[in-house]
Amino acid sequence: MHDPTPPNTPPRRIGAWSLIIGIVVIVAIAFGYVGGWLAPHRLTPKKLVNQLQHDAGTFAGYRRNHAKGVCVVGHFDSSGQAQTYSVAQVFAPGQRTPVVGRFAIPSGNPYAPDSSVPIRSMALRFALANGQQWRTGMNSMPVFPVATPQAFYAQLQAKQPDPVTGKPDPAKIAAFFAAHPETAAFRAWAKTARPSASFATESYWSLNAFVFVDAAGRRQPVRWRMVPEASDAGVARTPGGADYLAADLTERLARGPQRWQLQVTLANPGDPTNDATKTWPDDRRTIDAGTLVLERSAPQASGPCRDINYDPLVLPAGIEASDDPLLPARSAAYADSYLRRTSEEAHLPGTTAPKPETSR
Amino acid sequence: MNATPDRFTLAARTLHWLMAVMIVAMLFIGVGMVATVSARHEWLLAIHKPLGIAILLLAVIRLAVRLRHPPPPLPADLPALQKLAALASHWLLYFLMLAMPLIGWAMLSAGGYPVMLGDSLRLPPIFPTSPVAFAVLRHLHTAFAMLLFLTFLAHMGAALYHGLIRRDGVFASMLPAASPRVDGDGEEVDADNAGRLSAAPQDD
Ligand code: HEM
Ligand code: HEM
Repeated sequence: MHDPTPPNTPPRRIGAWSLIIGIVVIVAIAFGYVGGWLAPHRLTPKKLVNQLQHDAGTFAGYRRNHAKGVCVVGHFDSSGQAQTYSVAQVFAPGQRTPVVGRFAIPSGNPYAPDSSVPIRSMALRFALANGQQWRTGMNSMPVFPVATPQAFYAQLQAKQPDPVTGKPDPAKIAAFFAAHPETAAFRAWAKTARPSASFATESYWSLNAFVFVDAAGRRQPVRWRMVPEASDAGVARTPGGADYLAADLTERLARGPQRWQLQVTLANPGDPTNDATKTWPDDRRTIDAGTLVLERSAPQASGPCRDINYDPLVLPAGIEASDDPLLPARSAAYADSYLRRTSEEAHLPGTTAPKPETSR
Repeated sequence: MNATPDRFTLAARTLHWLMAVMIVAMLFIGVGMVATVSARHEWLLAIHKPLGIAILLLAVIRLAVRLRHPPPPLPADLPALQKLAALASHWLLYFLMLAMPLIGWAMLSAGGYPVMLGDSLRLPPIFPTSPVAFAVLRHLHTAFAMLLFLTFLAHMGAALYHGLIRRDGVFASMLPAASPRVDGDGEEVDADNAGRLSAAPQDD
């Protein structure tokens, strides 16, 4: 039964061993390439978030961008008008959907003065009755400076503070703008924009395009914006101090709910859906999808918005992503930022625990 | 029926190769999607979640098959350490193919995300919302994925070692019954083969 001569002579063994090792190594290299470890030039979510930290500093427990903000709670009352274009339950006639939101200002620095930027942001999470969710993050300007994640990354790099002066290098910023003419519309807006005295008086634009899907499966590219009912203070008043926005909001909400109309603009065929630096012509049809009613606010350190990742690609049936390249980059980078701050929240090894803080 | 079969059952073999493709694909999809900001992140994630849940369902079936039908014995002359390594790595693979999808599902639940497998198909949460649990589970999802990949590499290397170097019928035990067996047909019968295959001279 036992053959005394070993059948595997040394040369064949060497061939077989090389084959085995070769296969294992090739699979491992392929994995390393796909996973980015062997493709250092690929723009990854990590790189984007690291660059945000290089620009603004690292603040444990906080969002890596739009770090300074405040939670709000309320609901959305659907007018039923958007139902023609989207089967999302949130648009059913008479439907009321609970909302947890967050107002904020851009920058990863949670101590930035409210007057440091003319931009405010509104993020919302609609919890639909069917268990699906719609999350959206909007900014108070009609166009975005750049159209691609690569350009966004280049802009962040240009704005990184110089280690000597501690301030961004104006020459680098100028060079970035010169190399990116698509920023012109945003710069024109920024020239006249003034930091508002209130979150409640601002309009907030989705900027990115999305696609509404109706009951027959027809697809309609859209953008939306929240248009405020309040218009009093506007930009005229020059508020004192660095932290007036949250206080203003609390004060207004104490007097009564604050309202916005959700206006959905329908693209015509050929309108760009992949370029957030371009507005659509003014004559595009706009429908009034319903009313956002915000009833109360809460500090973000303890409020219900703290642990929500306002990932713009958490969408219900009836709303889909467009081909806008910023959308997947946002989704990926928000996930990375969310993991960093929840890891800090969890005091995981290798992370800095968040400072006990009231104004987070 | 013989007491000691020389192959895995048809169900076990089918599940093995189907799931091998699915699991290896999931590992590549997983590391690929988190390393890009392009649209790949979205469509890979859209495949990742339903495919992962499919793996969970198949893994449960597979475990039942495994418990009902013990596998063919390893060659009698296989060194004890290699036997132990084979046994340990197989159970580690079973554990990880069940744990990975459960962790994926639990971490999305803990993160407060709706667990969507398609445009409107939603799974219920299996974990209470908690940022701390999210962070722990999300890191565990990565760590176990890396462990799964390394175990798979070792497993594939060991299978090839059995097939190309020891030629002891272990590799063939996971192949279709019709495939040529190294012992039967004029190919050289080697010492290592004899231990396993002579034990089971039946036709199936
Ligand atoms: C190129 C890829 C692969 C090859 C060549 C391969 C080959 C084999 C072979 C020959 C066996 C039988 C081992 C024995 O009888 O001792 C086996 C068993 C097994 N394989 Fe794979 N396999 C591959 C991929 C995978 C993958 C991706 C998984 C899942 C993660 C997997 C999971 C298992 C498990 C759990 C067993 C043990 C079955 C048991 O003892 O119940 N295999 N494989
Ligand atoms: C066999 C099953 C599975 C395997 C092998 C697997 C593997 C992976 C891998 C390798 C990653 C990348 C980890 C990293 O590099 O950080 C990942 C990420 C992820 N997986 Fe899985 N996974 C499985 C099942 C699931 C399931 C069932 C779900 C959800 C239902 C899920 C949801 C996710 C999510 C959300 C991410 C992170 C995406 C992001 O952060 O952008 N996975 N998975």
